[in-house]
Amino acid sequence: MYNAGKIIIGLVVFVALMTFPFWYNAGRAAVAPELVLPTKEKQCVESTSFMRAKHMELIDEWRHAVVREGQRIYVGLGGKKFDMSLQNTCMSCHNEKEKFCDRCHTYVAVSPNCWSCHLEPKEMK
Amino acid sequence: MERSRRSFLKIAGISVLGVGAKPLSQALAAAQGSKTGPDPRALPGKRWAMVVDLKKPCPDNCRDCFEACHKTHNVPSMPNPKDEVKWIWNESFPHAFPGQEHDFLDEALKKHPVIVLCNHCDNPPCVRVCPTKATFKREDGIVMMDYHRCIGCRFCMAGCPFGARSLNWRDPRPFIKELNKEFPTRTRGVVEKCNFCEERLAKGQKPACVEACKEKVLFFGDLEDAGSEIRRLLKVRTAIRRKPQLGTMPQVYYLV
Repeated sequence: MYNAGKIIIGLVVFVALMTFPFWYNAGRAAVAPELVLPTKEKQCVESTSFMRAKHMELIDEWRHAVVREGQRIYVGLGGKKFDMSLQNTCMSCHNEKEKFCDRCHTYVAVSPNCWSCHLEPKEMK
Repeated sequence: MERSRRSFLKIAGISVLGVGAKPLSQALAAAQGSKTGPDPRALPGKRWAMVVDLKKPCPDNCRDCFEACHKTHNVPSMPNPKDEVKWIWNESFPHAFPGQEHDFLDEALKKHPVIVLCNHCDNPPCVRVCPTKATFKREDGIVMMDYHRCIGCRFCMAGCPFGARSLNWRDPRPFIKELNKEFPTRTRGVVEKCNFCEERLAKGQKPACVEACKEKVLFFGDLEDAGSEIRRLLKVRTAIRRKPQLGTMPQVYYLV
């Protein structure tokens, strides 16, 4: 192999740079965000574990049911009925978007574009 | 061990059945325990339509219906007419009914501003041309927009012969006078139009424009209900529709 020394040094530098984020952050987990739960309501439409894992699927189902099928009532935990509305139902309890939605969404780096149309509680006041 | 083609196909067939069993059972379970349903307060109707009485004047340029509609649905008032967003507006008689005017038409009727809105056609060209099915026709005849799906291609605007659709060229929010907190706004790059107040019908209310009209110019109801107010009006008065020759079957009727 010609120029073996240069190539091997180059490769070592390349691998070191590429893996820098991994070994630099090794053993240091980012602190999970702390969410502020609503005070006026203790129970969400489904169980906490379900909402944690699948709220995005639920919201997507809701939007399909409301807009395209004209179904507007959701029977949640314990047979309680809810109006399927992000703006009017979800956000009336979760009225601190920055301390609930945003903290997690920022942590996992997802930015849903719901708020370009739906009004967030800040604007509702 | 030698395996015949016959036995291989048998095993393959049984395996495919097994693979399909789980999604099938899931689908059946979902169908049984449906967690969604319509609002019990919703107005019952099979074919919604509107009737506009052109014989009744709107005194002092009354704009109650426009204002009620625009306030309910967060319709922005754009300073530049090129950016205008229209749900319900006024048109002159010759513009609203091209080909139906003549020299000897009643002067009062000719000068009468015509309230126009989305016609919720029975055969809507906008639905046919929409590539994403963002525009669709509901079973009760309402031509709906699903803003989540709209890609702003404006085929529907080209398809609609009534100019009933508007594109949001700019973010509409700064141009909304007073936000209605119960209804979303739209975003830049989506097309919008009148939705016959489907969100109000679902709660048992009549459309905002009909409710706001003090002069009883606007009527709303179910065309398939023979006893409804609009059927009675269409029976006793002569009604015209906009551009009937295009075959879109508009469902907004104008009493003359």
